[in-house]
Amino acid sequence: MSPDRNRKFGFETRMLHAGHIPDPHVGARAVPIYQTTSYVFQDAEQAAELFDLKLYGNIYTRISNPTTAVFEERLASLESGTGAVALASGMAAQFAVFMTLLEPGDEIVASAQLYGGTVTQLTHTLKKLSIGVHFVDPSDLKAWEAAITKKTRCLFGETIGNPGGAILDLEALASLANSRHIPLIVDNTFATPYLCRPIDWGATIITHSATKFLGGHGNSIGGAVVDSGEFNFARFPTIADPSPSYHGLRFFDTFGHYGFLMKLRTETLRDTGACISPMNAFLLIQGLETLSLRMERHVSNALGVAKFLAEHPKVAKVNYAGLPNSPFHALAQKYLPKGPGAVFSFDLKPVGGDAREAGRRFIESLKLFSHLANVGDARSLVIHPASTTHQQLSDEELAAGSVGPGLVRLSVGLETLEDLIWDLDQALAAL
Amino acid sequence: MGLGSGASCAISLNTELTPEQQALYQDPDCIRDLLDQAKTIAIVGLSADRQKASYFVATYLKREGYRVIPVNPRGGKILGETVYPNLKSIPEKVDVVDVFRPADELPAIVDDAIAIGAKAVWMQLRIINFEAAEKARTAGLTVVMDKCIKMELGRFSGSLHWAGMNTEIISARVARR
Repeated sequence: MSPDRNRKFGFETRMLHAGHIPDPHVGARAVPIYQTTSYVFQDAEQAAELFDLKLYGNIYTRISNPTTAVFEERLASLESGTGAVALASGMAAQFAVFMTLLEPGDEIVASAQLYGGTVTQLTHTLKKLSIGVHFVDPSDLKAWEAAITKKTRCLFGETIGNPGGAILDLEALASLANSRHIPLIVDNTFATPYLCRPIDWGATIITHSATKFLGGHGNSIGGAVVDSGEFNFARFPTIADPSPSYHGLRFFDTFGHYGFLMKLRTETLRDTGACISPMNAFLLIQGLETLSLRMERHVSNALGVAKFLAEHPKVAKVNYAGLPNSPFHALAQKYLPKGPGAVFSFDLKPVGGDAREAGRRFIESLKLFSHLANVGDARSLVIHPASTTHQQLSDEELAAGSVGPGLVRLSVGLETLEDLIWDLDQALAAL
Repeated sequence: MGLGSGASCAISLNTELTPEQQALYQDPDCIRDLLDQAKTIAIVGLSADRQKASYFVATYLKREGYRVIPVNPRGGKILGETVYPNLKSIPEKVDVVDVFRPADELPAIVDDAIAIGAKAVWMQLRIINFEAAEKARTAGLTVVMDKCIKMELGRFSGSLHWAGMNTEIISARVARR
């Protein structure tokens, strides 16, 4: 027995190698793109065993695909998870988690600082399925505790909240969830596993919009669910009880640490059809291979930009947990010591008493930041919610949603830092 | 994928054992060597019910090329194989005794496993009996406890990879066919 067989490989090694061994047929070093819908069975018996989940293998790309499997295993490895399922988008991924875990009448306790699309999914779409949600201030642990009822089946939050930048107290929330025998679900999109691994702090399920930093180049939509494999689902009826759609199969009893993911893949993904394309999975794999290098530059550029803005006379406030005066600085130091991501917001001072107009003119004057509704691209991005996504709201309504009329959100890219600062400086000068 | 030559890592997979106990009864290298060398696996408590976990395990082991021998007092045939009432009535050599019976039945099963010269006793998920395990170990048998043989084989053979699971296999060598 060679002593190095138990070696724990480093993060960067796993970015490049986890989930892919060169195949014995052609030995392709890059991950091949299996652009196929379906897979020929060896014989009738093997087909039956595959459909019965008694064998692991591919049947149909709506459920699994060899290229996608590389992305899944690689992400699971980077997140310290036992496995992963990739889906069409981050929204599809979190919806699949809720559809797998919850039944009508169940409740979710969620952070109030979430991506707007997630809030809509939780409050409107899940409501149609009779699933309730309670939103709480993410930094108020007592509020989380008080919102838990007998119907609560999970806690949900984002490692780095969007767009306010609140940092989740992962260890405290995991401990609370554990004491109530419910899973803590964390969206790790803004942090990526390079900056923070919530499973290492006790989280059970991780969701991702892989569209953002994981892919990193703004070219493919995709999402993923990662499971720690550590949660005891024996008390969870949806995972533990006999499944009527699989001849009474008990997923937790039969598959143990990957029972939740098997159920999510073979029932929820099978039935909702929100599968990722193999081509997108391939492009996301290319992103994973350089994740650490890109994230290092993203956070160093973000800190440089945040420091510049914080000292600028036309800027009222910068909401970046990497700055020492942020209320989330201590939590960021604990959970994201390499840097609290590269997406943050700042407030412009009003021009002639009008902050909304200041935001509009600032955006119009930028030459290098791209004005669009995405984050996590290699290029720097900007959006002014009050003149775009939130333009129908009054200043009072904006304030209620913690989005000021002069609030600008940046996603800091990989360009030369001096060029980014030059662009921001000339746009601020135009105000 | 395929059983590569790369390193494997110990990852905790929802076990009830302490880290010290895991080192004794869940060592990944030891498990991989056992699965590599074993040919015949007797499954004590194999059910004829196709939705029971033991049936899943037997189907998978058979498909992966192992000789599977069902052991169940009810007799008959499961997966086309003759069912024996106990380990001692099996007329051939057994490498691994895989157990799907309650923990309190383990002492008698271990005695039989030692008597027939089995190389290993494998206690499935949540089947934990330290006394029986130590007796088997003292007699020179390998003991695996609170682990699923199907999951472990799936992980090391790489086939669990198709289900998006973290096999923790890292290798730049071409996979075996």
